[in-house]
Amino acid sequence: MNNLRLRFSQNTGLWLGVALFVALYVFYSTLHPKGWSVDLLVQNSNESFALIMVSMAQTVPVITGGIDLSVGPMMTMVNCLASVLVSGSPLAIVLGILACLAAGALAGFVNGCIVVFGRIQPIIVTLATGAIYIGISLFLRPSPGGKIDDNLSWVATNALAEMDSTFHWFAGGAPTWFSHGPGRLPVPIVLIVLIVLLVWIPFRNTVTGRGCYAVGSAEGAAYMSGLRIGRSKIAAYTIGGLFAAFGGVYLALQTGSGNADIPQAGAYTLNSIAAVVVGGTSLFGGNGGAVGSVFGALVLRAISFCFRVVDSNGPFGFLGNPLLQPIFEGVILLLAVSLGAARVFRVKNRLSLFT
Amino acid sequence: MLKSIDRPTLIASSFIVIILLAGTVYTVITQGNATFIEPAYLLQQLKIAAFLGIVAAGMMMVILLGHIDLSVAWTIAASAMLATAVGGAWAIPVGLGVGLAVGLVNGIGVAFLRVPAMIFTLGVNAVLRGLMVMLTGGFAPQADATKFMIWLATGRPLGIANSVLVWAVISAALVFMLTRTPFGRYIYAVGNREAATYLSGINTRLVLIGSFVICSMCAALAGLLIAGYSSKAFQAMGDAYLLPAIAAVVVGGTNILGGQGRYSGTIVGTILIVLLQSVLSVAQMPEAGRQVIYGLVIIVMLLVYGRGSVVRA
Repeated sequence: MNNLRLRFSQNTGLWLGVALFVALYVFYSTLHPKGWSVDLLVQNSNESFALIMVSMAQTVPVITGGIDLSVGPMMTMVNCLASVLVSGSPLAIVLGILACLAAGALAGFVNGCIVVFGRIQPIIVTLATGAIYIGISLFLRPSPGGKIDDNLSWVATNALAEMDSTFHWFAGGAPTWFSHGPGRLPVPIVLIVLIVLLVWIPFRNTVTGRGCYAVGSAEGAAYMSGLRIGRSKIAAYTIGGLFAAFGGVYLALQTGSGNADIPQAGAYTLNSIAAVVVGGTSLFGGNGGAVGSVFGALVLRAISFCFRVVDSNGPFGFLGNPLLQPIFEGVILLLAVSLGAARVFRVKNRLSLFT
Repeated sequence: MLKSIDRPTLIASSFIVIILLAGTVYTVITQGNATFIEPAYLLQQLKIAAFLGIVAAGMMMVILLGHIDLSVAWTIAASAMLATAVGGAWAIPVGLGVGLAVGLVNGIGVAFLRVPAMIFTLGVNAVLRGLMVMLTGGFAPQADATKFMIWLATGRPLGIANSVLVWAVISAALVFMLTRTPFGRYIYAVGNREAATYLSGINTRLVLIGSFVICSMCAALAGLLIAGYSSKAFQAMGDAYLLPAIAAVVVGGTNILGGQGRYSGTIVGTILIVLLQSVLSVAQMPEAGRQVIYGLVIIVMLLVYGRGSVVRA
C-alpha cells in the first residue's frame, strides 16, 4: 500500500497527463457523431503516432538534463529515406525499414558523441545537427514524392483485422474471436505498446538507462558513484534517434511519400518539448519517462480534436471557429506548462527556487 | 590591443575573412569578378545583417542570464503586423508596445512562476501566433508599411542604410549597459549564480524581467525594420530569425549556460552567419548543401572555443 502511494506520488505529472487526456478524449468521443467507433479510433491514432514517437524521442535526452532540438529533423530525414527505400520485394521492404531505423539511431548516436566528446551544450549541438539532417533530407528529397509499398501503408494505418485480410494469416478467413476482439485494435496503438514494452522499458531497466536518470539528477554524483555518464548520455541520444526514426517511417507509411518539410520539422520539435513537459518530465532532468510523454502528446492532439466537435450554433460555437483554434491551443499549452508553477507558492524559502 | 579582443571574436573574425577570400577565389575563377570584396556588396550584406543583429542582440541579454527566448519568432511578426495594421504615426509605438508586453509576460513567467524559459516562451509564441491568426484570418495583412518604417529600413541619408545605423545605436546602448551600468553587471551575476546574486541583495526578479523586455523589444524593432524592408508584414516572417539568432550569439562566444560572453562576439557571429548564407547562395550551392555547411560551421566553431569542462565530481 505504501509502495503504491509512493509510486503514485512520484508520478503525479504522469497521472495528471493521463487524467487530462481521458477527460478530453471522453468529451470528444461523446460529442463526435462517430464517437466510440473503431474508425474514429483508427483515424485519431494515425494522427497522433508521429508526434507520440517524436515526444518519446525528446524525453530520453531531457531525462539526462539535455535537450534534443533535432528530433523533428531526424524524423524528417528518416521520412525521406523511407520514401526511397521502403518499396519493392518483401525482403527489400524489411531491409529498407531496418536501414531507416538504423539511420535514425545513427543520427542520434552522432548527436550523443558530439555532446559527450565535444563537450558542447546539447541545445547548440542539436540545433546545428538539426540543420545538417534537414540538409540530408533535402538532398534525398528535393521535392515531395517517392514511393511506399501500398499494402504496408494500408495495414499500418488501419485496424489489426486489415492485416489479416491483406496478408491472409488465417486459412479460410479470420475466426470471430480475432475479428471481434484484438482485430479491432488500431495498428498504431499496437505499435506504440510494442515499442514501449520492447524498447523503452528494457532500456530503462538497464544500468545505462538508470544512469540517464542519475546523470540528469546530479551528474557529478553519478560520476563519483562509478556510473559511465558518457555511455548513458550517448545511449539517451541514440535511443532518441531510434524513436524519431519510428515516427519518420510511420509518417512515410501514412502519407505514402517523403517530404523535407522544414516548418513541419520545427513544429514537431517544439510540440515534442511541450508534450514532454505536459507528460510530467521536468526539463531540469532526472525524472519522468517516455510513457508520460505518450500521454503528453495525446493531450496535445486531443485538444485539437476537441475543437472539431463543438457545435458551431451552440452556446460555445465560437470555440469551433477555426480562426480562434490556434489561440485556444496556445493558451491551453501555456496554462498546462504553467501548472508546474504550483511549487512556487508552496516554498517557504525563496533560495530553494534557484536550482 | 589583442588582449581587448577575446578568442572567440578573433577566431570568428578570421573565419569571416576566410569565407570572403574563398568566395572571391570562386567568383574570380567562374565569373571573373571579385563581387565579395566590393564595398557595395558588403554594405548590402550589412543592411541585411542588421535585422538578424538586432534580434541576436536582444537574445544575448536573455542567454547571458542562462535563459532563452523562443518567442522572438512571433514577436517579430506580431509587432510588424500590428504596426502595419495601425499605420500612421502610431505604427512604431504600437510595434514597440507589442515587444514591451511580450517581454513583461515572458519575464513574469520566468521570474515569478519559475517556469523554465524554454517552455514558457514556447507557450507565449503559440499564443502570439494564435492572436495573429485571429486578427488576420491567417493571411498576410493587406496594409502596407508606413513611409517612416520603409525609410527606417532602407533610407540612406548618410550613405549607409538606416537599418545599419539603428543596429549601431542599439549596439552602443547595450555595450554601455553591459559594461558601465549596475544592471549590466547584475545580468552577468544572475547568469553566473542567481542564488548568490539574490543573497547579495539584488532584486533578481527585476533583472530577469528587464532582460526579457529588452529581448522582446529588440525583436519588435527588428519586426518593424523587416516590415519596412519588404514593405509588408506577413505570416511567419520571424521564423527564419529564431535559430540563426541563437546561433549568432553562441558562435560569438557567449556561454549558452549564461554569465559569460562579450557583445562584440555577437556582432561578429551575426556577420559570420549572414555572410556564410549569402556566399553559399551566390556560389549556387543547393539548399541541402547550405544547411549541412551551416550546421557543420556552428559545430566546428564551438569545438574550437566553446567546449565545456569535464565533469569530475
